[in-house]
Amino acid sequence: MTEVEVSPEVAEYTEVHRHPEPKGFWSKYIFSVDHKVIGIQYLLLAVVAVFVGMALSLLVRLRLICPECSYPTLGTLFPVGAPEGVMTPEFYLAMLTMHGTVMVFMVLTTAPQGGFGNYFLPIQIGAADMAFPRLNMLSFWTTFVSFMLLMAAFVVEGGAPQTGWTGYPPLSAVPEATVPGIGQDLWLASIAVFCIASLLAALNFIVTILDLRAKGLTMMRLPLTCWTWFITAILGLLAFGVLLAAGVLLLMDRNVGTSFFVPGGLIVSDKQIDHSGGSPILWQHLFWFFGHPEVYIAILPGMGVTSHVLSTFARKTVFGYRAMVYAVIAIGLLGFVVWGHHMFVSGMSPYSAFVFSVLTMCIGVPSAIKTFNWIGTMWGGKIRFTSPMLYSIGFVSLFVSGGISGIFLGQPTIDLYFHDTYFVVAHFHLIMGVAAIFGMFAGLTFWFPKMFGRMMDERLSKIHFWLTFVGVYAIFGPMHYLGMLPHPRRYAEITGVDFLMEGGAAQLHLFITVAAVLTVLAQFLFLYNFVKGIYAGKVCTDPNPWEATTLEWAISSPPPHDNFGGKVPHVYRGAYDFSLGGAKRDFAMQCNDDRAVYGEPSAASGD
Amino acid sequence: MGFLIAIVVWAVTLAMAVPFVTQTWWMPESITTLGDEIDETFMWTLAGTGVIFLVAQFALGYTVWLFGRKSAGPASDSHGNNKLEILWTTAAAVIFVGLTFVGYSVWAETRFIEQKSMEPAEGRLIVEVTGQQFVWNMRYAGEDSQFGPTDINLIDDAAGNPVGLDRSGPGGSDDIMVPEMYVPVNREVEVVLKSKDVLHNFFVPELRIKLDTVPGLVGKLRFTPNKEGRFEIVCSELCGLGHYKMRSFLHVVTEQEYEDWLAEQASYLF
Repeated sequence: MTEVEVSPEVAEYTEVHRHPEPKGFWSKYIFSVDHKVIGIQYLLLAVVAVFVGMALSLLVRLRLICPECSYPTLGTLFPVGAPEGVMTPEFYLAMLTMHGTVMVFMVLTTAPQGGFGNYFLPIQIGAADMAFPRLNMLSFWTTFVSFMLLMAAFVVEGGAPQTGWTGYPPLSAVPEATVPGIGQDLWLASIAVFCIASLLAALNFIVTILDLRAKGLTMMRLPLTCWTWFITAILGLLAFGVLLAAGVLLLMDRNVGTSFFVPGGLIVSDKQIDHSGGSPILWQHLFWFFGHPEVYIAILPGMGVTSHVLSTFARKTVFGYRAMVYAVIAIGLLGFVVWGHHMFVSGMSPYSAFVFSVLTMCIGVPSAIKTFNWIGTMWGGKIRFTSPMLYSIGFVSLFVSGGISGIFLGQPTIDLYFHDTYFVVAHFHLIMGVAAIFGMFAGLTFWFPKMFGRMMDERLSKIHFWLTFVGVYAIFGPMHYLGMLPHPRRYAEITGVDFLMEGGAAQLHLFITVAAVLTVLAQFLFLYNFVKGIYAGKVCTDPNPWEATTLEWAISSPPPHDNFGGKVPHVYRGAYDFSLGGAKRDFAMQCNDDRAVYGEPSAASGD
Repeated sequence: MGFLIAIVVWAVTLAMAVPFVTQTWWMPESITTLGDEIDETFMWTLAGTGVIFLVAQFALGYTVWLFGRKSAGPASDSHGNNKLEILWTTAAAVIFVGLTFVGYSVWAETRFIEQKSMEPAEGRLIVEVTGQQFVWNMRYAGEDSQFGPTDINLIDDAAGNPVGLDRSGPGGSDDIMVPEMYVPVNREVEVVLKSKDVLHNFFVPELRIKLDTVPGLVGKLRFTPNKEGRFEIVCSELCGLGHYKMRSFLHVVTEQEYEDWLAEQASYLF
């Protein structure tokens, strides 16, 4: 921590400060109320989760290329799921379900918002902490409990649930229809707890951004990262409540004999099931009312980071800042009225399809604006190819590739063919999975010097970028072709389907699996770089190594406990004042007034 | 570096796009005129989005290359270009939203089916398909064109009555239960979709259409196959551990072959 100049006001402020710097290990690193520590906790949780999720995806990939192969270690770990090391179809489904759940909830939802948002939102708006620091701590630890509940599903009798990350009833509601056990209950409990944590976090973010902005920091001067965290929080607030309710209802259907989602007259394995009057489609409505906004919860922060990083390293202001803000708001709003496009072939009334389809297509419009403006931001710039810049350029490319297939799936007519095929798998992995993860790579490499006061190895980051960028295209590109065949999702093997065997699915699967193994290996390079960077990276004493403009770069690295030493910074300009005509340098920080930017050299402040 | 990025972005773009042009991995041939129309909608979408995909990726690579050169001038102070922004936005809106209208009549034709009547219209063949873990049960009304009543308490897989058909009820005596579907070529078929246990999905790639079978609900699909052959019916909604092997066949045969098959099945009844 750096010394903070102590003035009388600061001394007074510190006295009434809500949480003075903690001294003990527990209050400092474990049950901390400091948004920066909590942000890093979220990030570490996501790092653990992402490696779990990747391991699961590798098991899925391995079974697809060789259903009968034996992996002795696996047999030792999971004697029931993989007897003698050979994965059963049930085990395959369990791995698939857990892969999706871990990745969507514990990685894509935690890292971009809980991790980077927690750490940098208060600093970027000039606040000392989040509005409710204790609530913030509670959010993280509730999320942690949720993660533990989910992991527990691996070790209980019957193993992890096998109903996909969407958990459609009756399969998920009737224990007789799948392998019995409490795996599915733990899964539901985990999701419910996660929803509670996310609701608390969402409230905190919204209040923080509305109430704690520095003097002069109007909404239209906010960094685009803050805008995306803001809209993401609103989406979270409205979406997670619905999933929470749905999860509790499904738990009740499983355990206390209610029938919200289970109709009467079910016959499973020749036995009547004692339920009546529920609707399986109701679950789908509730789930996707959450599920679709969830896509934007995962990707919006990545969009924010990309806008931020592209502008910084193109040395040029964001192209059409207002249009970017309106586009994010439009995506957020539209995200709530398109859930039905996941249900075109669910048996829901076919008459509603047109509305959902038109609204879905409308999301293409703000998305097109964003893409155009990202390219426009770089156009006429002077690009510096740092590793965060590479990841952000990768983000734009992946966003386009993943978004474009949505135009097919958003049309009910074409969805009749592609629904629940690998075409969908390719689509959402590109956009919600890897594009969002490229946003995280960009954020991590960009903010690393601020968080740890050290640099990651740029050369290793760049090698990782190239391997991963080509790798993810090699994995998810060919999945579109599998979708053309059309390869249905969630098939434990393809040997029983003639059109897959004759259509070349086995060869495509082999190619994808090889690409997946190589891409996963490349992630260990990043992990090594990350861990080494924390302990042995090049020390970065310059508070602003990237010559960026926003407030986090005006304070030391890592930032002191209360961020701005008890002062409230004053903001004089928008977030992306690069290459101003007549300015002394090619960037003007938000806390620099015009005199500092254009005038006498002695008046420079903030750096 | 900028040039390298441009080359790699363009290379992966082409690698993604080329198989869609050469049609290396492609849909099986459609066997209905409705399927042909769906293919047409698909091709329009492929063309429209293909252009946007190529233009956007090319522009990305080109921009990175052009403004990443060491010789590039100082960055400009431009904040945007409203005219270009509006032009691009309008174009995107027209293409994206326009596409919805292109294919919508096909959707209406497939799915806007009057939900009440089980009475066959003139010449229309009705087949009831009931999904269960992990088989498809096909039921034909038999000679009297009337489906017999079912009773949940009569369901007995082992005794060969998977849907609980009451043979003594009106129209029930001649119902035919089979594991595979036979239909005559060029005749309209209505598939009535039901499920006994969990969600399944009735999907024949050559028909280009699928629909979930939902316990408690009745779903309907209509199609008129115009080519003979044997086509796979697969399950396209996760239904449990045997999901991947829940398969049957749709046999499209001549009218004569169909009549013969039907007579043969009926002969097993008595």
